[in-house]
Amino acid sequence: MKDNAVLRVVTKIIVPVILVFALYVQFHGDYGPGGGFQAGVIFAAGFILYALVFGVEAIERVFSAATLRIMTALGLLLFAGVGFWSLIGGERYLDYDALAQEPLVGQHVGIFLVELGVGITVAAVMITVFVAFAGRTPD
Amino acid sequence: MIEVVTVILFGMLAVTAIAAIRLHDLFAVVMMFSIYSLLAAAVFVAMDAVDVAFTEAAVGVGISTVLMLATIGLVGRHEKRPAHRPGLPLAVVSLTGMVLVYGTLDMPRFGDPLAPIHQHVAPHYLQDSPVEIGIPNVVTGVLASYRGYDTLGELTVIFTAGIGVLALLGIRRRKRGES
Repeated sequence: MKDNAVLRVVTKIIVPVILVFALYVQFHGDYGPGGGFQAGVIFAAGFILYALVFGVEAIERVFSAATLRIMTALGLLLFAGVGFWSLIGGERYLDYDALAQEPLVGQHVGIFLVELGVGITVAAVMITVFVAFAGRTPD
Repeated sequence: MIEVVTVILFGMLAVTAIAAIRLHDLFAVVMMFSIYSLLAAAVFVAMDAVDVAFTEAAVGVGISTVLMLATIGLVGRHEKRPAHRPGLPLAVVSLTGMVLVYGTLDMPRFGDPLAPIHQHVAPHYLQDSPVEIGIPNVVTGVLASYRGYDTLGELTVIFTAGIGVLALLGIRRRKRGES
């Protein structure tokens, strides 16, 4: 689809908007609808749209297979690590009150980190699945 | 007013589902699934579940459509003639459907404030989350804090799915310069 000028131009205009919207959904999830899962999916959708028009290699220039593997694990480790952080702080697992002096601040920090972990893993898995499917050719 | 919208949306859902069953061109079937998801997202908005609608729109309409299209690119766009007769599966599915409908008969009415689900922990979440969590979106508060364990489990499921796809398909390494 690389030869279609309309697709190419529209994609180049719309992909940055999608990525910024994903970040908005990620970090504004405390106040409006959305959160890590939706943000991760939207973020991945931006890259997938780009790859649909410009080819899968375009994704691999940004996220190599190794980067995707690391991101997939990193998000989950971040989430689980926040749980251990609250254990160290003397509270129960994933009780964010322990993450700061003020319980409410701790809750904010905890939810922020946890949602970030969700977003990273979801985006990485969605891109991985897409690249694994679309990178194959009919045998 | 909202009831009319919901009834129309559910009617269109049913029409899309039947069309998806009747069609044999897999490309058209994928488009039907995509429309189905978009309608489902609209139903969730009509039910005031914007977070769920958001997810349905992103995953159901966007990602899964693309994945199904990628699969069609590999397997061809025309349905193969089934090797078995559809009688028994149809009977099993119809029976299951009827049992499920029977199961909904003694459920509380939609939006009933006295339903058990609205009497258990939901009032606590709604009333105390501004004090205990301090963020305006209660859905995020419940998902990330009160039900942190569940969300960690869900994320582990997604992680496992990603690892599973990598193990089965893998990401093919491309030589440099090859397009």
